[in-house]
Amino acid sequence: MRKMDVDVAVIGGGPAGLAAALAARRGGAAKVLIIERNHELGGILQQCIHHGFGLHRFKAELTGPEYAQRFINEVRETDIDVLLETMVLEVSNQRTIYAVNSREGMLEISAKAIVLAMGCRERTRGALRIPGRRPAGIFSAGTAQRYINIDGYIPGKKAVILGSGDIGLIMARRLTLEGAKVEAVVEILPYAAGLARNVVQCLEDFGIPLILQSTVIEVHGDERLEAVTIAQVDEQWKPIPGTERTIECDTLLLSVGLIPENELSNGAGVQLDPITNGPKVDDTMMTSIPGIFACGNVLHVHDLVDNVSKEAERAGSFAAQYALQQLPAAARRVKVTAGENIRYVVPHEVSLDIPVEFFMRVQKPQEDVVLDVGGLRSVKEQFVKPSEMLNITLTPEVLSQLSGDTLTVRIVSPKEAGRQ
Amino acid sequence: MIKHITCTVCPLSCEITLEIGENNEIISLTGNRCNRGKVYATKEHTAPERTLTTTVRVRGGVHPLLPVRTDQPIPKGKLKEAMLATAQLEVEAPVKMGTVIVENFLDLGVNLVASRDLERG
Repeated sequence: MRKMDVDVAVIGGGPAGLAAALAARRGGAAKVLIIERNHELGGILQQCIHHGFGLHRFKAELTGPEYAQRFINEVRETDIDVLLETMVLEVSNQRTIYAVNSREGMLEISAKAIVLAMGCRERTRGALRIPGRRPAGIFSAGTAQRYINIDGYIPGKKAVILGSGDIGLIMARRLTLEGAKVEAVVEILPYAAGLARNVVQCLEDFGIPLILQSTVIEVHGDERLEAVTIAQVDEQWKPIPGTERTIECDTLLLSVGLIPENELSNGAGVQLDPITNGPKVDDTMMTSIPGIFACGNVLHVHDLVDNVSKEAERAGSFAAQYALQQLPAAARRVKVTAGENIRYVVPHEVSLDIPVEFFMRVQKPQEDVVLDVGGLRSVKEQFVKPSEMLNITLTPEVLSQLSGDTLTVRIVSPKEAGRQ
Repeated sequence: MIKHITCTVCPLSCEITLEIGENNEIISLTGNRCNRGKVYATKEHTAPERTLTTTVRVRGGVHPLLPVRTDQPIPKGKLKEAMLATAQLEVEAPVKMGTVIVENFLDLGVNLVASRDLERG
């Protein structure tokens, strides 16, 4: 078995892994390794051929492949090692990685620090419990995206899309441009889950109906999907009898959520947050296991890749410090908790010694509110909704004013904020 | 006439309200939070444009398709014609990101460019 010793091993060569590896190398880690199971770097960005990536980071509207290519080119200019078509089987809590590929067989990689950057996967029909037979023609939206944009197959001619998240909206446009008919996008929530720009450019531009507060309750067809039955739902998301209607289609795309891919983290014994389904991390992006860091969609599902890159750079640079034994132990540890109308906050714990960018999602949409971090800093938000992640940065100067051992992030009314 | 336009310049997605006169001129424009929103809404009312991103066939590449984009937005009404045109194209790998696949695409004054490197497979 081939054995390797590295300073920082990055698992996953998507946007998080690429940015983490570059930051680790810049941070002084001499031997940085990216382990990627695909035959090329770039991760899911390679199939996201639409534009709109990089507005914050590059002040340009790049396509997914273009965004990835910039990082891949940067990696190529360094001495960062890349192992492609290599599958990580196990990560130990002692930071040993077992991986396998068809060229070298088993690999044992000892790393001084590890960055988990495995990304996420799509929720499936099984997770939704849509009853009915199992005809061909039901795909997760990302699978259909891969077929169309990378492999060159159109999954069907007449489609219904369940879920108005960004991938669902993007696929509605993509299918339409490629000559298929998208009958409807069906969303269980009372509002579109994806970005407004995608509702405009992917649905309104092509006259595709968005059917809110409704879901697919049955699929029809034996060999191939022939139709789906949709129905309106009540507040508990239960179908309302009498509102059923059947839409003929040969394709159903499911765009119903993403789940961080944490089998490896679990195997290593990394503590997970039941809300994000990703690791619990501190302000250095370190998980509950010393020397194992996490970033990107494996940590929590992002909507903007720009934020993934930023978070990954943080993880990569602290991983390098850890590998070089330059990461100081925190004097104080403060738990971060989710208060009013906050679903989750990352990171889960802070030291108050370093600047922290908090990422969070709200539970429900609200207008004219204030995002408040522990009474230390607050910002006005005109409109918050669960599908749009919020972020706010606090400096150590501000953080150090905290008394007590928890920091609560809340959404409050402007009046309440004034009373802090 | 009142017209509502959702600004798509950034994720804030401002709801911009336009008051349109009899000659299709903009009388007032409100709801934008920055000047880019004003520029966008004006353009969206007078001559809406979209960037086209799609794929073209590629010979001898690691994938059968190459993702491409227009380097500038094109008139919204030209999207279908543009898709039919890209369906006729085939390029040879390897290709570098930014390579111009079609110059002055459909005489629109924009180029169709490769949006990634594609190695020979």
